[in-house]
Amino acid sequence: MADGYFVLPYTIQNYLADQITVPRFSTDLPEFAEAEKAVQDKIDHLMSIHGKESVDSIHKKLGHIMWEYVGMGRTEEGLKEGLAKLKEIRKEFETNLFIPGSKEGMNVELDKAIRLNDFITMGELIAYDALNRNESCGGHFREEYQTEEGEAKRDDENYFYVSCWEYQGTDEKAPVLYKEPLVYEAIKVQTRNYKS
Amino acid sequence: MDKNISFTLKIWRQNGPKEKGHFDTFQMKDIPGDTSFLEMLDILNEQLVSEGKEPVVFDHDCREGICGMCSLYINGHPHGPATGATTCQIYMRRFQDGDTITVEPWRSAGFPVIKDLMVDRSAFDKIMQAGGYVSVRTGAPQNANAILIPKPIADEAMDAASCIGCGACVAACKNGSAMLFVSAKVSQLNLLPQGKPEALKRAKAMLAKMDELGFGNCTNTRACEAECPKCVSITNIARLNRDFIRAKLKD
Repeated sequence: MADGYFVLPYTIQNYLADQITVPRFSTDLPEFAEAEKAVQDKIDHLMSIHGKESVDSIHKKLGHIMWEYVGMGRTEEGLKEGLAKLKEIRKEFETNLFIPGSKEGMNVELDKAIRLNDFITMGELIAYDALNRNESCGGHFREEYQTEEGEAKRDDENYFYVSCWEYQGTDEKAPVLYKEPLVYEAIKVQTRNYKS
Repeated sequence: MDKNISFTLKIWRQNGPKEKGHFDTFQMKDIPGDTSFLEMLDILNEQLVSEGKEPVVFDHDCREGICGMCSLYINGHPHGPATGATTCQIYMRRFQDGDTITVEPWRSAGFPVIKDLMVDRSAFDKIMQAGGYVSVRTGAPQNANAILIPKPIADEAMDAASCIGCGACVAACKNGSAMLFVSAKVSQLNLLPQGKPEALKRAKAMLAKMDELGFGNCTNTRACEAECPKCVSITNIARLNRDFIRAKLKD
């Protein structure tokens, strides 16, 4: 559930339990300095945009695009249009964002802006992945791929893999797809059917 | 459909824990009755940002009454006028056209103001870290019902566990006591067999941490119980006191 009820896989809490004995990492490490500088640069950039749109209004527009074009039922045409609109939202965020106040101390608008930046990237990722898969699989429905009865039509011939997308260091470039094939040894994969 | 109302908001503004605060007054026009209190503040903030001003800072997360993040002292009551509801569950239809609504942060030494209506409640995390857990080996869980627990005990533990750690009890208390919170958290564990081995140690450790962090002691006023959004009973405080005395006698 996307509602804060998370269940840990059994391996993770065993791993975490041992972490209590691992000493804290030093903040003098070069990786820490690099990460801190990257965040600082991002904050400086966001605060320097001085545009006109609030974080919430851009967030709302993002939500409408995702709902309209990357929702439960999606099509190739719609996804392509959605991706184009996501690029426009990214541009609006980068050029017309307004964050009041300063970067010193608590600034909830800045906090939200940093998250919204991630949401736009995440929205694009979902759209890219949905566009890649020419089948109806899982909870989502590619409207072009359905049976005569209107049921989801999977394509195990061509899409029998887990997708992993690699971020290319910038939001301008499309992520790169890696495929992990699904291998089942004990069971025969079938189509779920609640009718018979 | 509820009708729209217009009202005056008096909101506490404060830049940091050591800064001097003041009230800002805002006129809200035509707010639909089915707007939640936090949505109403969102509307105000969108308005403020569009005017180039800084929005009012307040805590919120789930907006469905379970996370314990929203706070706000509304017209002199923690979580506002409703009984058994958090601020996020209050709707503007509770207020009248032309009202003046006063909004303040939790005010207590244990909860310093971060900004405006947002306070630092990490003291509660520190109290939990002092004993609000059961030490177990990690791994696969045992089968359900392997340990039998009488229904009334399970119910009592569940009632105590309904505490969401919002801090309304502290804000309501004239002594700034966190006893309702601590007692609920101690009870939800001490009542159950899994919590028994560490029960006395837990009661002592969590109370000591509460004292150390600047919270007062119980005054038996019961304001905490009256204002608690989850209606947690002060019976838990009596139980905590008994555990504490037992722990002291054992020392």
